[in-house]
Amino acid sequence: MKLLNNLIGWIDYRFPLVSTWKEHLSEYYAPKNFNFWYFFGSLALLVLVIQIVSGIFLTMSYKPDATLAFGSVEYIMRDVQWGWLIRYVHSTGASMFFVVVYLHMFRGMMYGSYRKPRELLWIIGMVIYLALMAEAFMGYLLPWGQMSFWGAQVIVNLFSSVPVIGPDLSVLIRGDYVISDATLNRFFAFHVIALPLILVAVVFVHIVALHKVGSNNPDGIEIKKHKDANGIPLDGIPFHPYYTVKDIVGVVGFLIVFCAIIFFAPDLGGYFIEANNFFPANPMQTPPHIAPVWYFTPYYAILRAVPPMFGSQFPGVVAMGIGAIAFVFLPWLDRGKVKSIRYRGSLYKGFLALFVISFIGLGYLGILPATPTYTLIARVLSIVYFAFFILMPWYTKIDKTKPEPDRVTFK
Amino acid sequence: MKAIRKLWMLVLLLAAPAMAQEGPVVDKAPVNLQDRVSMQRGAKMFVTTCLGCHSAAYMRYNRLKDIGMSDDEIKALLPAGAKLGSTMQGAMDSTAGKAAFGVAPPDLSVTARSRGADWLYTYFRSFYKDPTRATGVNNVVFPGVAMPNLFASMQGEQELRLENHGGHEVKKLVLVSPGSQSPAEFDATAADLVNYMVFMGEPAKLVRYNIGYYVLGFLFLLLILTFALKKEYWKDIH
Repeated sequence: MKLLNNLIGWIDYRFPLVSTWKEHLSEYYAPKNFNFWYFFGSLALLVLVIQIVSGIFLTMSYKPDATLAFGSVEYIMRDVQWGWLIRYVHSTGASMFFVVVYLHMFRGMMYGSYRKPRELLWIIGMVIYLALMAEAFMGYLLPWGQMSFWGAQVIVNLFSSVPVIGPDLSVLIRGDYVISDATLNRFFAFHVIALPLILVAVVFVHIVALHKVGSNNPDGIEIKKHKDANGIPLDGIPFHPYYTVKDIVGVVGFLIVFCAIIFFAPDLGGYFIEANNFFPANPMQTPPHIAPVWYFTPYYAILRAVPPMFGSQFPGVVAMGIGAIAFVFLPWLDRGKVKSIRYRGSLYKGFLALFVISFIGLGYLGILPATPTYTLIARVLSIVYFAFFILMPWYTKIDKTKPEPDRVTFK
Repeated sequence: MKAIRKLWMLVLLLAAPAMAQEGPVVDKAPVNLQDRVSMQRGAKMFVTTCLGCHSAAYMRYNRLKDIGMSDDEIKALLPAGAKLGSTMQGAMDSTAGKAAFGVAPPDLSVTARSRGADWLYTYFRSFYKDPTRATGVNNVVFPGVAMPNLFASMQGEQELRLENHGGHEVKKLVLVSPGSQSPAEFDATAADLVNYMVFMGEPAKLVRYNIGYYVLGFLFLLLILTFALKKEYWKDIH
């Protein structure tokens, strides 16, 4: 014990070890009334680590080469010891990352976590979300199956609809005029180095920003309003040990779902791994139906819902892009007197419910082939989706809110 | 009210694709990965018949040990020049295949995953006589297929008949000349081959369920312990 204390003392003289530990864990005060929805932040961090570690092991056997990539994935699945497990951890992790992040974002929307003083925290989170989409998109090309190839083809072609610079832009992204070996290599580079670096850095900044302003809570009120004589929030509890032990329960609960998928349904009925991706990429043969992976399909449905204008697909691309980044503007669109859904009126609750329905509905439509009926439904749902944002200043302002409590509610 | 109506629309929406299934109807394959003998029969047929034209380039012969075959049994199957650790290369290279059939016979390593077991099971049993085709046969689930009917000697020959069922026409396959096996026997043969191909598509499938039970068992135990730990710590939070 004395030796350990001496060691800590030695380090602390040269590095702010004890103060960092205190500031971010043992003396970081989080509201005591966190509920189920507050698991997903720490779970997102867990999945990031899972993806990086499993990704490192996959990289040891994967070959970023158009003639070898497909076979190297099968090599991992068959000849690498536990390779199948590493691969399923990574493929399931990709989808579960989005599950966790979408729930994390929804939590923020329900409890108004994007409101002052957490606007910047929310924007940094959106940067993570966009980087994650780029990371997932580029990673999906690597198995070099038919869906990898044609999915990438469709998405990169969207960039070519940008006026003036479009065609050059898409060539720049691909490194070629078609998706090819050059594309695979640069996507590999982005997927294993550039984007993970960005992700880790921005996640770090996200946590630093969080610890500056402090966590929101299901009541949407500031715990810093009521402090004791020592300046500690009365409704705050030290993150460590209280939330570390609580988050461990969340981690185990998450791992039960995660492992159930990995061991019993790694394809998850084609939603996590598509059957068509077991056909090797064939540039000469377009599959009859191309759909992106489920986490992109809400935006893909918006893209298809917008009719081409002036012979260009560009308006749809713009709508898709705005659809994905619209969340950034929430801090300034929301004029509500209260933050949390608990004290909001029925108007906000109704709009949020409609938004959830439109998001899930669009996600589902994005998987299906576009028929006239589906396109019509997708258009209605797209309007609902954007109405949630555009009308927000109006309906949050006139909404009949309930008075917020002075202190957090804790059973 | 508006939200409820929207919700109903969503329910209908989710049900719609289930109602309007596209593509040909396929039969359910009786896949049973516990039945090693069936997979072994399928493996033997696969190596002796399918590998004549196709390859399974990601599958190694020694992986057949996973389904209970001994080294000697596997060696008896090996083509000339192949070793136990060799991958299953076809007897025909792809250029020769292309010359013979117009398309190179595809690699079959993961076909059970791309096409699905049910599709394969139906495909094997759905060849019919079609004089307009170079091979003399066609297939209900793969119209215009380049592959000749390798199963004709076992299954016999089928013809496609259109039957009128209450106003709409239904495609029906009728056995016109019997083969060496009865229809029930041939279904079992096709099932053996599918069973093997499902194993070959993902050899880990034989072990991952078993490991999964242990992993989940451990995690549930851990859940109880961690929950108790959390309760203990949180006792003093009011």
